[in-house]
Amino acid sequence: MIELQDAGYGYDGRALLSSISLSLAPGSFHFLTGPSGAGKTTFLKLLYAELTATAGRVNIFGQDPRMLSRDEVSDMRRRIGVVHQDCQFLDHLPMRENVALPLTVARRDVSAEADNLDELLSWVGLSGQAASLPPELSGGERQRAALARAVITSPEIILADEPTGNVDWEMSQKLLTLLVQLNKMGKTIVVATHDLNLIRAAKAQVSTRVLRIAGGTIQAAGADL
Amino acid sequence: MSALMDRINALLAPEKGADRVVPPTGFTASLTMFSSGAMAFLAVFAMALSLATTRLADRWGAELARSSTVRISAPEEQMAAQTSAVVAILETTPGVRSARALSDAEQKALLEPWFGPDLPLENLPVPQLIEVVEEGDGFDPQGLRLRLQAEAPGAALDDHTRWRRPLVDAANRLRTLGIMSLLLIAATPGAMITLAANAALSANAQVVSVLRLVGARDRYIANAFVRRFTLRAFVGALGGTLLGMIAMALLPEASTAGGFLTGLGFQGIHWFWPLTVPPLAGVVALLATRAAAQRTLKGLT
Repeated sequence: MIELQDAGYGYDGRALLSSISLSLAPGSFHFLTGPSGAGKTTFLKLLYAELTATAGRVNIFGQDPRMLSRDEVSDMRRRIGVVHQDCQFLDHLPMRENVALPLTVARRDVSAEADNLDELLSWVGLSGQAASLPPELSGGERQRAALARAVITSPEIILADEPTGNVDWEMSQKLLTLLVQLNKMGKTIVVATHDLNLIRAAKAQVSTRVLRIAGGTIQAAGADL
Repeated sequence: MSALMDRINALLAPEKGADRVVPPTGFTASLTMFSSGAMAFLAVFAMALSLATTRLADRWGAELARSSTVRISAPEEQMAAQTSAVVAILETTPGVRSARALSDAEQKALLEPWFGPDLPLENLPVPQLIEVVEEGDGFDPQGLRLRLQAEAPGAALDDHTRWRRPLVDAANRLRTLGIMSLLLIAATPGAMITLAANAALSANAQVVSVLRLVGARDRYIANAFVRRFTLRAFVGALGGTLLGMIAMALLPEASTAGGFLTGLGFQGIHWFWPLTVPPLAGVVALLATRAAAQRTLKGLT
C-alpha cells in the first residue's frame, strides 16, 4: 500500500530523515514514536505527499508522487485520511460542513450522504456540535471532528499526528477506540504519538507495529513495547 | 464552441458548497466592485470619446474632401471672362459635379464676420470665388491647376488639403488616444483585481492548505476565488456602465453651436457598445484571478 525504499528527506543540505525502508501493508496498524523533533510529522507528510522524498523513493498505492501531476496527487490524497496535530479546520464553516469537506471538494452530493454524515458525527460524539464553529469546540472535540473528517470518504489509509496530544486520558481512550474500530474495518492506520500508554492500550485490543524514529531513521521497526 | 460554453457554465454555475469554502472578504469585495465600477464608468466615456472622434474625423474628411474653391484675382475688365473660362473648364473636368460662381451677396456674407455689414464690396478688389462640388473620387488637382494656369492666369485652386489634413490628423490622433485609453482602462482593473486576488489568496493560505490536504484539485480551489472576483467585477462594471450611460444621455444634444463637445454622446446603434463593458470586465477579472490563483497554487504542495 505504501512502500519506502531507502527514503530520506532533507532541506538546505541537512538530512532530516534518511535510509528508511519499510512497507505498510493493507489493514495494518502502526505507531510512530520518537522524541520531539525526531521527524515523525515529516515522516507522515511523506506518506501523503505533502512532502516528497529527496532521497530514495516513497511509493503510495504503487506510485511515486514525484511522477504524478498535481491533480493526480489530489486524487491520491482522497484515498488517505489525515488527522493533523492542529486539526486544521476552516474556521468560518460549521463543524458539519468541515467534516463533509472531503465530500464537497470531491464534488459529491453532501445532501445525498446526509445520513452517513449524521451517523459519523454521532459515532464521534459530536451530534450536538454539528452547527458549532471550530473555535467553539474543545481540544478533544476538535480531535474527534478531525478524525471524522479523515474517514468521511472511507479512505484506505488513515494517518494521525498526535491525535491525543491535547486531550485527557478518557478522551484519548475514546479516540483510540475509534481508530481500532476503523482498523478492524480493514483500514491501514499510522499514528504518530509519544504516548506510550496509548500504544499499550492499543496493543491490548489489536495487533500493532511500533516504528521508532531517532537519529533521522527508523531504529526499531517491528519492535514491541 | 460548446466545450467553451460548458467551461463558462461550469465556472459561473455555483457548485454546492464550493463557494462557501472561501470565507467572505468584505473589504476586498467592496474594493473590487468599486474599482471595476469606476473603470467601467471611465470606459464608457473613453468609448464615447473614441466614437465621437471617429465620427468627427469622418465628417471633416468627407465634408472638406468633397468641396474646393477656385479664387480668381484679375483686373476688373478680365474678371467676367476669366470667371466664364474657369466655370467652363470645371464643367468639363471629370470628378466635378458642379461649379458655381458666388454672387456678390454671398461673398459679402462670407466677409461680414470680419468686416461688418456695411462693407462696400463694389469698391474693393475682392477676388471672385467659385465653389466646386466634387463627385466620385474627385478631380485631379494637379491637372486642373495646369489647365487653369493656361486659360485663366488669375485663377488659383484651393482643394482644402492643407486645411483638411491637420484636422483629420487631429481627429485620428484623438481616436487613437481614445482606443489607448480604453486599453489602459481595461488593463487597470486587471492589475487591481490581480492584487486583490493575491491578497485574498495570501489571507486564505490556511484555507487553501486545508483544501489541498483533503484532496481538492487546483482548479476547484482557483474557481472558488475566480467565480467570486468575476462576479464582483461584473456587477461593479454593470453599475459603472449604467451610470456612465445615464451621464452620457444627460449631455446636451449635438449642435453646430456646441461643436465637438456636444457631439460627444452615443448615437444610434453606438448605444449598444457600452453594454460590452460588463462582460469584458468579467473576462478581465476571470483571466487575472485565474492567473493569480494558478501562480499561488503552484507554490504549494
